[in-house]
Amino acid sequence: MTVLAESPARPGEGGPPGGGRRLVEVVLRARELSILGALVVLVVATTIANPRFLSGQGVKDIFLNASILALLAVGQTMVVVTRNIDLSVGSVVGLVAFCAGKFASSGDRNVLLVALVGVGIGLACGLVNGLLVSFCRVPALVVTLGTLYVIQGLDHYIAHGEQIGAADLPSSVLSLGNDGVLGVPYLPIITVVVMLMIGYYLRSYSSGREFYAIGSSPEAARLAGVSIRRRVLTAYLVSGALAGLAGVLWLARFGTVVADAAHGWELKVVSAVVVGGVAITGGVGTVYGAALGALLLTTIGSVLVVLKVNSFWQDAITGILLLLAISVDRLLALRVTKALRQRSLSTGAQRRRRGGGRPRNGGPADAGPRDAEDAAGKPAADKPAAGPSAGASAAEAPKGKVAHDS
Amino acid sequence: MSGPGRSAAPTLALVNVSKSFGAVRALQDVTLELHAGEVHALAGENGAGKSTVVKTFAGVHRPDAGEVRVDGRPAVFGGPADAQAAGVAVIYQEPTLFPDLSVAENIFMGRQPRTGLGRIDRRAMHAETARLFERLGVALDPQQPARGLSIADQQVVEIAKAISRDARVLIMDEPTAALTGQEVARLFAVTRTLQEHGCAILFISHRLEEIFELCQRVTTLRDGTYIGTDAVADLTPDDLVRRMVGRDLDALYPKQDVAPGEVALKVSRLTREGAFTDISFEVRRGEIVALAGLVGAGRSEVARAIFGVDRWDAGDVEVDGRALPAGSPTAAMSAGIALVPEDRRQQGLVMDMSIERNMGLTQLRSLRRATGRAGLISRKVERDRAADWALRLQLKYARLSDTVGVLSGGNQQKVVLAKWLATEPTVLIVDEPTRGIDVGTKAEVHRLLSELAAQDLAVLMISSDLPEVIGMADRVLVMHEGRLTAEIPRADATEESVMAAATGRAGTGKAA
Repeated sequence: MTVLAESPARPGEGGPPGGGRRLVEVVLRARELSILGALVVLVVATTIANPRFLSGQGVKDIFLNASILALLAVGQTMVVVTRNIDLSVGSVVGLVAFCAGKFASSGDRNVLLVALVGVGIGLACGLVNGLLVSFCRVPALVVTLGTLYVIQGLDHYIAHGEQIGAADLPSSVLSLGNDGVLGVPYLPIITVVVMLMIGYYLRSYSSGREFYAIGSSPEAARLAGVSIRRRVLTAYLVSGALAGLAGVLWLARFGTVVADAAHGWELKVVSAVVVGGVAITGGVGTVYGAALGALLLTTIGSVLVVLKVNSFWQDAITGILLLLAISVDRLLALRVTKALRQRSLSTGAQRRRRGGGRPRNGGPADAGPRDAEDAAGKPAADKPAAGPSAGASAAEAPKGKVAHDS
Repeated sequence: MSGPGRSAAPTLALVNVSKSFGAVRALQDVTLELHAGEVHALAGENGAGKSTVVKTFAGVHRPDAGEVRVDGRPAVFGGPADAQAAGVAVIYQEPTLFPDLSVAENIFMGRQPRTGLGRIDRRAMHAETARLFERLGVALDPQQPARGLSIADQQVVEIAKAISRDARVLIMDEPTAALTGQEVARLFAVTRTLQEHGCAILFISHRLEEIFELCQRVTTLRDGTYIGTDAVADLTPDDLVRRMVGRDLDALYPKQDVAPGEVALKVSRLTREGAFTDISFEVRRGEIVALAGLVGAGRSEVARAIFGVDRWDAGDVEVDGRALPAGSPTAAMSAGIALVPEDRRQQGLVMDMSIERNMGLTQLRSLRRATGRAGLISRKVERDRAADWALRLQLKYARLSDTVGVLSGGNQQKVVLAKWLATEPTVLIVDEPTRGIDVGTKAEVHRLLSELAAQDLAVLMISSDLPEVIGMADRVLVMHEGRLTAEIPRADATEESVMAAATGRAGTGKAA
């Protein structure tokens, strides 16, 4: 935290002060870096305990397993960033895995066609969620909890106790799950490509930034003329489509699919997203972090198997990690807000000392009255605390409110 | 100032606009014209309809009757986006920024500079933001997040947003409420620059001296109706106050004269940082003391601190001579304080719960004791008590099991009052007891408060309704920007003297 303590004192001579930006970037990167760090520590420690952990097959398995979770986490990130949630993804994966399997085994279907069918079903589910949340204004938690059960029921009805066997599937579908390019399996490639595309979109496109704007302050977004409904609907469509794609990947990877495939995965996905640094209250987080979160959770699962720890512990550890992540987030948010506020205070004071903070190279023509005010010696410490502290509490308020809502 | 082009059509105008929210008439036949190169003030008391005007211009509200005109042509604003497209930029009382996004992103949301491929050109965006800040003469980093900015800096960001949009109309809703003198001067300088560039500006402030310093014309609203538009140069501050207040006192306010008893509530040097400073006063039994002032002066905050909802940083509160601990509503309640809060829908009532249950909420402990059955609440006792109070307050209802939400505003307020009176308090604090209540029920609430005082209750009444303050109170305390600026006895209290103290033009009222 020395960074925090020092940045306010940083002189802002010759240009705008950069402490605030640096601070926030450090904190944001820190999340992704700390997950990577945890991964390295985990892998090294496990390898020392059991050298066979790092064998080719072990690593490959981790990546294959993480691919599906990470894909779902990427879709979920889009939804969570807008201050919503999609709990139906686990059910969608199950439904799509079964339906796509049924479709694929009904003839020698092309793998692309199977994928299209899967994504189509996912999109349909996302459409229902999105319309209910954005146009009917039903809270996301309730809507997607409802669709979770409805889709699950539909899945069981369609499956009717049957299961899809690997033997029934065309080889092209199975090869999607088991083969790869230059030894790298298709699954992680697909996930990484999707992640990069969505990550790039969210960061670099105007409409992408609006997802963050909505989650950061819905009221401000409304007043800024952001089309909130359309963006929220889009988020659900993407989440649904990616859940559909994940269902196809599930089918390809496991071959054998029963009706309750991916049962309970929605919570795993949300955990991965939160551990990956996406604020459950919206507005903050990246798909990269979420995907790393998914990788970390999957790795922990594998490590426990290698270390012969009872697999029941896996859920408990996931839970602890989740609590840790949320506590750290909250703590950091408070620290950062405080530091920014102090910085704003101190640069404000600096600005006043330097005569209204005008850039050195000549101020605007309208600076007259302000300088006159300065010269008149109106003390800068008129009401030192009122403005900034009120500002910070205003900035804090929406977050706190949402924590209760969701 | 350069003379506004009166010959040309106003840049933005409301013509005979009316707007109602449910039964409440917010605006009635209001006409307001904003001309290029002119700073136009909108004056009026709290609740006069100023914010509704702002939101109509901003495209948030659509008028029920009348029309919005842009450059003399009728326009329909379907939402904030339409108003923005017409060149209207609004700076709200509380800046509306995205705390998690950078300052530059806040300014350019939805209109970021793009490269050929449609992606955001961050470098151009940051450079453009830096240029804007340079023009405004502030040293803010375009890449720092909006979280943690002071209110003044947040407003600078809002203004930069307006400028970057080439806004032709800038609407500022009480932009100076949270600013220091120096920050106000900076805001004014920026405003004048925009004015010189031909921007039409609507400026709202409770500080009259600011209107006289900055504006050329002023439109006054009172209770949602249009009073008039005048050149500021033709008015004195007293004229303006009279226009804003301008009502005759009527016989609505029947405060009975009661010889005050002993001191029930004693507040000494109470301070809560950032909210109010050094507040001292007493309320005696049988007395109604009004706490007047403008919205944001810190009145409700004082009430909340006394009741223990918020902690105080320094000072003491005594009820019947016994000191209260800070920050404990439970202690305040058992000492005999009752608080009827400002916002009855949010703070006073559980809207989905029945009348009887709402009334019973403050007495769960005694309801439990009344039954004798371990810890269970007797529905019958609850209902009997509720029926008793409903009768005493002449509540109009169909069934006590109806949800509170179906009642009218005035009757809802009676339920809140009943809920707190049932705790048999010695000190009753009422915050805006008659806001949004029709005249008839208002009189009933006044009669009730008067009767309660006659029954030896100490009443502290926070109110923005000046006739109510003057008609009801034995003494008027006036707050301005977190401090007690005047204590005016009943005989000397006039709307002008209270308003003068509330707007910080001291000297009219006798200092406490």
